[in-house]
Amino acid sequence: MSENFNLEIVTPDRVIFKSEANQVTIPSFEGLMSILKDHVSIVTFLRPGLIEVLSSKGEEKFFVDEGTVELNNNNLLILSSSVKDVKKISKKEINEMIQNAEKAYNNQEIKDKDKYILSHKIDTLKEFTQ
Amino acid sequence: MPSLDDLKKRIKSVKSTQKITKAMKMVAAAKLRKAQDSAEKGRPYSEKMQNIILNLTKSVSDPENASKLLIGTGKDKIHLCVVMTADRGLCGGFNSNICKLAKNYFKKILNEGKELKIITVGSKGLDQLKREYGNYIIEKVSFKDRKKITFKEAEEVGKSILELFSKEKFDKCILFYNNFKNVITQIPQSQQIIPVEKITSIEKNNNNNFYEFEPDEEEILEDLLPKNISTQLYRAFLENAASEQGSRMTAMDNATRNAGDLVEKLTINYNRSRQASITKELIEIISGAESL
Repeated sequence: MSENFNLEIVTPDRVIFKSEANQVTIPSFEGLMSILKDHVSIVTFLRPGLIEVLSSKGEEKFFVDEGTVELNNNNLLILSSSVKDVKKISKKEINEMIQNAEKAYNNQEIKDKDKYILSHKIDTLKEFTQ
Repeated sequence: MPSLDDLKKRIKSVKSTQKITKAMKMVAAAKLRKAQDSAEKGRPYSEKMQNIILNLTKSVSDPENASKLLIGTGKDKIHLCVVMTADRGLCGGFNSNICKLAKNYFKKILNEGKELKIITVGSKGLDQLKREYGNYIIEKVSFKDRKKITFKEAEEVGKSILELFSKEKFDKCILFYNNFKNVITQIPQSQQIIPVEKITSIEKNNNNNFYEFEPDEEEILEDLLPKNISTQLYRAFLENAASEQGSRMTAMDNATRNAGDLVEKLTINYNRSRQASITKELIEIISGAESL
């Protein structure tokens, strides 16, 4: 059990997930990042992607659009207004999200940074549909 | 002296008013529980976000070039006031208290020769402010047609505020809302959201955290500060919603009690005048019989 650390996923409405975890993979802005116990304290923010939580109870996956992450003394805190439990998203919802994202992506006026974010969103979402 | 019939009618009308206020009180009580619940559940998010921002601001290496949302535009000329009220009345002093606080502030900054811009959220505040400060209102938001206020609504308002800020339409942004303390007490409050207020009280638990930042502090702040605006707005929405229901509940409770008092008084009056008329009739009969 000593390999565990605390994970909290908080949305503006409620605390979605609060438990111990063994390993958490987050889609940090600069790339995927796996966090184990005694990771150095860090603050970063997220791009669209999957949060994968490995704990003694099994594996849990969450889809996020954006978010902020703080890790301090083996307490991992994820703040995001768009967390969705992967098990609870329907195919229809995913397809809608892909369509919206693609529409925004094909818009000529968006900045490179937004384009980067959107391309990740589309990629992650497409993985579900397969 | 009103006739017996008039009294009867009045008693009936007060009683039906009482029924309405009682029903409203019960509805408010049920809604309050929900609103209070979501206000409490929403607190961790905003608190934790503020904590992160605080930690970040401490370690910003170059405060001169930090985001304008954090340090302000360097001017103090135009104030944007966001006045948050309810969409419905009959909730005691709830709306008036916020407006009173806001008006005092308006007067103060206008006296100082600064410019004022107002965004009203909720139609009741608009009604109270438009007479005196109608010229200053630049935007009115109302969520009358939505059943529940979610984070999306807060984001909408947040976005329009940020847009105004990026066009340099104002230097300071202040929120006015009611803070929900408990069912009986709601405190009208003002909170400055742009630039971010320096919170001094939290500095005590400064346990020398050293964080790594990825990417660097400035970029995280740039991502985080706009989100913080929406978060603070959302928190204010939730606090306001809970306060509104709490305030309505107390107001309706008082109204129900007052109606009860009134019914009691009217009933005594009614009984008295009924007795008086009976006595009068008796005297008439007796004196009529005596004269025979």
